[in-house]
Amino acid sequence: MQLLLFNAFNGLIQGVFYALMALGLALILSLNSVINMAHGGFLVIGAYLAFTLSPYLGFWGALIVGPIGAAILGLLVERVLIRPLYKRPDPLYTLLLTFGLALVIEDLTRTIWGAQGLPFQVPAALNSPISTVLFFITGYRLLVVAITIVAMLALYLLLRHTRLGIRIRAGTLDLETVSALGVNIYLLRALNFGLGCLLAGLAGVLAAGILGLTPPMGSSLVMPSFVAIIVGGVGSLIGSILGGLLIGVAAGITTTYYPAASEAVIYLIMLIVLVIRPRGLLGQEGLFE
Amino acid sequence: MIRRHGVEIALWIALLTVPLWLTYVGGYSALGSKILIYGLAALALNLVLGFTGGLSFGHAAYFGIGAYGAGMTLKYLVASTPLAILVGTVAGGLAATLLGPLVMRRRGIYFAMITIAIGQLFYFIAVRWNEVTGGEDGLAGFRRQPIHFGNLVYDVQDESKYFYLVLLCFAIGVVIMRVLLASPLGHTWVAIRENRRRAQFLGIRTDLYVWAAFAISGTLTALAGTLNAMLFNFTSPQDLHWILSGNFVIMIVLGGMRKFWGPLVGVTIFVVAQDYLSSVTDNWMTAIGMLFVLIVLLFPKGILGLIARRGREMRAAVTGGRVATERATATIQSPPAPLEQEMK
Repeated sequence: MQLLLFNAFNGLIQGVFYALMALGLALILSLNSVINMAHGGFLVIGAYLAFTLSPYLGFWGALIVGPIGAAILGLLVERVLIRPLYKRPDPLYTLLLTFGLALVIEDLTRTIWGAQGLPFQVPAALNSPISTVLFFITGYRLLVVAITIVAMLALYLLLRHTRLGIRIRAGTLDLETVSALGVNIYLLRALNFGLGCLLAGLAGVLAAGILGLTPPMGSSLVMPSFVAIIVGGVGSLIGSILGGLLIGVAAGITTTYYPAASEAVIYLIMLIVLVIRPRGLLGQEGLFE
Repeated sequence: MIRRHGVEIALWIALLTVPLWLTYVGGYSALGSKILIYGLAALALNLVLGFTGGLSFGHAAYFGIGAYGAGMTLKYLVASTPLAILVGTVAGGLAATLLGPLVMRRRGIYFAMITIAIGQLFYFIAVRWNEVTGGEDGLAGFRRQPIHFGNLVYDVQDESKYFYLVLLCFAIGVVIMRVLLASPLGHTWVAIRENRRRAQFLGIRTDLYVWAAFAISGTLTALAGTLNAMLFNFTSPQDLHWILSGNFVIMIVLGGMRKFWGPLVGVTIFVVAQDYLSSVTDNWMTAIGMLFVLIVLLFPKGILGLIARRGREMRAAVTGGRVATERATATIQSPPAPLEQEMK
């Protein structure tokens, strides 16, 4: 029973990372119409940046600087590489471009920081378990959950109550009309892309404290995030979060009974959802059909 | 006849004589086979990608299923090359046929995302089902077997004899695809690519046609996969990985996805470049990634697309007059050429 709880909680933490990634991906997907294959790359950048800067800034400073670094890189990539492609309606090109970018980022990370995994130091105070029975619930893990909840609430408030957020939401429905109303949609899409990368960077720093740093950490987290979006339903941010948590916990629970299937189960859930409810748990009907 | 099919006849003659000249240009037999195998897979994927307009980003799955199917047949069932090809192809084709309904109603981004994710399922099965698939290390311990015709033996263990087996399968695949593309089925695919909604309004069950494209494409890709496994007498989870799927797509775009032979051109360049880059630099992944970015930004229509455009401009220059307007309107969103030209 304790083992099951342990694995389920591990899965939940994984699911939190999937959810953060999926949220950023879904934002970029709906407004920029880009499947950001390099999303894992931005996660890796955030994580390694935090790792490199934490001796100077401390853990908390790195926690802030890492995601911001990823967001700045995201803005740069959007401006230089992705913006010229908006005029091509076929999503194939941005998909291939970000795919190439993912390869470049992973390979350069390996060259700069080495292929070996690196440990990311979190404050000692956070590393001790909360209780002896629930030994797997450390302060850091609770912090991960707390920060994620805060980030999601902040995103909710941003999208609901700020001018930028309202424009982003309007843009996902009808970008042309938003543009006709005088909004600079180039800037809007750039900021939205940066926002997505910020979330990826945050997921990277948080994940580094638990999983450690390896160059392929990004690509191993990005695929389940796609599944999270499909399961949760394209076009629904809450769906993406739900999907991420769901597959994370499902993978964790599977680890208890049949470890070899812990990855495959994620994709099986996706197949089942696609058969029973093709639009995903909370997806809008008819979108992308 | 010669004028219309000149290039194509030259291509087939060049392919038939590959073992004679390949070593002189710095290649080796296995490289020739590899290009044909990847070429077959890319041409097959292009049925969905270039002709039906479905953004399949998970075709490595069917390639890999074919490869594992052939490898496991040779290792566990019977020592027969033709049977290995058959089993692998049927297995991959079956997978594509069964999974097709999950994507056939989707468009664009969503089609791509689902195909990517489905591909990962098979990757993890190959990685985790150690006892049968060999896990991360890949499946080894099988060899392609000589083929017997009564008393005659064709020993494909010889590299150049194997090349001709690959060429035969490639040719069969090409003939099937050409016949299909020239048939009403193929024309319907192109119609769906050009305007799906309009095709629906004409009463065409577009989802069934997309399904057919996906299933046929997956089957032929699996055929390529079986040949690949037997080329190296080895297959690994890398043959199922999404990076391979992405490579297939970029090869097609590099060559030109709106031309039948485009993918083969792209494959040749890509495979040779990859072969070369991995021998000169450790950072070949960066180089390949940059290649992706450059191709997307600079050659979105691919090499054959570029050549065709040049050709049109030159002919227009000869006949005079129309060149200026044609140039001005030749942007990426320009309306595609009529069907007849597209199919070439």
